[in-house]
Amino acid sequence: MTSFDDLELRLSLGPVQFHWSREQLIDFYGDIASTEVDVVYLGETSCSKRRSLRHSDWLDIARVLTDAGKEVVFSTLALVEAGSELGYMRKLCENGDYRVEANDMSAVQMLAGKVPFVGGPTLNIQNHRALAKLAELGMMRWVAPIEATHDVVAGMRFFDKQHLEFEMLAWGPMPLAYSARCYTARARGLTKDDCDTCCSDYPDGLMLATQEGEKLLLINGIQTMSARSVCLAEELVSGSSPVDIVRIGPQAEQTAAVIGIFDDLRRQRRDADAATEALRLLAGAGTCNGYWHGGAGLEAR
Amino acid sequence: MELVCPAGNLPSLKAAVDNGADAVYVGFRDATNARHFAGLNFETAQLVQGISYARERGVRVFVAINTYARPDNLKTWEAAVDRTAELGVDAMIVADIGVMDYAATRWPGLKLHLSVQGSATSHEAIRFYAEQFGIRRAVLPRVLSVRQVATTIEQSPVPIEVFGFGSLCVMVEGRCYLSSYLTGSGPNTYGACSPAKFVQWTENGDALETRLNGVLLDRYSAGECAGYPTICKGRYDVGGEIGYAIEEPTSLNVLPILPELQRIGVAAVKIEGRQRSPAYVAKVTAVFREALDACLADPDEFELKNHWLQSLGKVAEGAQTTLGAYNRGWQ
Repeated sequence: MTSFDDLELRLSLGPVQFHWSREQLIDFYGDIASTEVDVVYLGETSCSKRRSLRHSDWLDIARVLTDAGKEVVFSTLALVEAGSELGYMRKLCENGDYRVEANDMSAVQMLAGKVPFVGGPTLNIQNHRALAKLAELGMMRWVAPIEATHDVVAGMRFFDKQHLEFEMLAWGPMPLAYSARCYTARARGLTKDDCDTCCSDYPDGLMLATQEGEKLLLINGIQTMSARSVCLAEELVSGSSPVDIVRIGPQAEQTAAVIGIFDDLRRQRRDADAATEALRLLAGAGTCNGYWHGGAGLEAR
Repeated sequence: MELVCPAGNLPSLKAAVDNGADAVYVGFRDATNARHFAGLNFETAQLVQGISYARERGVRVFVAINTYARPDNLKTWEAAVDRTAELGVDAMIVADIGVMDYAATRWPGLKLHLSVQGSATSHEAIRFYAEQFGIRRAVLPRVLSVRQVATTIEQSPVPIEVFGFGSLCVMVEGRCYLSSYLTGSGPNTYGACSPAKFVQWTENGDALETRLNGVLLDRYSAGECAGYPTICKGRYDVGGEIGYAIEEPTSLNVLPILPELQRIGVAAVKIEGRQRSPAYVAKVTAVFREALDACLADPDEFELKNHWLQSLGKVAEGAQTTLGAYNRGWQ
């Protein structure tokens, strides 16, 4: 059995995509502190109207996680529209203690040439020339876009001269789109300006199904996600992984169990088939891995 | 405030030029641009003709190389940049920073405009592209309210172009994977949303069903008008209610706020629709030329003319129009 120190593959927990209450977030990260995850991304990436936690609360959580031996990274908003959002982003980028994941070029602009940063999955870094350019500006880790295929990641690795860390989402609903409009508010007959942050009623998103009852998308405020969870446990964890860090997307229940399964897999305590089967039971609307294999995202191969 | 019009082929380019465009934007016949549809776009020889037709009439030509290259096909995008530069066009519209880096290094004299696919929604993001690649103009995604556009213009290092008319992307451009989630092909890397080869129209009893790669997007009863199927304009079941959960089939139209766009300093208004017919291009260009001229002459007395709205209504998606995100109430 492999000892922890020998493990080259790290596990990360992505930022919470949904609107959870203060208590839920504090309890959640309290639990995460005792899991085997190595890197934890904190902060709100979807909608700035979600304010369950103050900045000081996030810093408290960051301290708890750091004390538990986790690397903490603060993630920035993916869609930036207001001056106040840029103001908070600047505060995060200049925090001085924790690394920052830039999810928009506005954050890259604030970080470039100043501190090393993580290039988030919404930056659209799809080729080696883009990768090299951002590495030159201080990007130390590339989180692949969710659309990335095996060939894209392998190609990036082939051309990467700066020896960047590669990371990819391997579990959870995939963020598919961002909008000015809030679809949760729309479903409740409200506008975004008067939304009552009603997205807090849907801690795992609001299901959108076709008229034939096929679960298709998750409505999550201004964000639209896949109903199916991506599952790349076999592709990214077993054998020699094409990435350095495998990201798990938080869900309202059973996140620690998911982390446990990925940890078992990387320590070879479970084989890929058993891990994939165990994970499938934890996905409410099924799993998919189509993007990785060059097909439609929702396909399961 | 200038008028930038779409052309998917030579007849459309001529229609835009003849009806009053200040600039026309086009793409090559491959995945390097965001309207990669069968039979659409330009071979180099046609583009040479198009450029001289436009130039002789004082109209500028922009070429869109505005999708994202991957490691195995970056050379194709770089070759498209070379072709564009050699043609001596007035500007190239770009989204991928790898492509921008190549263009800025290899062709420093080539003017770059940041495509809407570059997803820049704030002055800080625009500043990044301006400082790193020297972009001269940025096209804003269709997600900002008029006030937010105004604030962005005040602080932007370069002039701002906004969308004025056409099919409405309700998601931030460059960050929408809905089409590729269902089909494997989307705007970012393939250059098309809802590619026709995945679209199915089927009769089911009295209903007409539209599907994308087998997934039901909408069901129309007899007499209902069916639009081109895209995921964001379908009818779905959310909490037991069937409806347009994301957006109705509708077109963006900024004519009602044209004086305001002028007042806040918008540099250019862009018409969407390289995939549409020369007749569409002629009609929309003519209406916007007349409206812009009226607005530029006397913004305080600007009034919407009935014949403009009738004309645009006939070519609008779903035969209705909206201000989209410019109006906060829409959001």
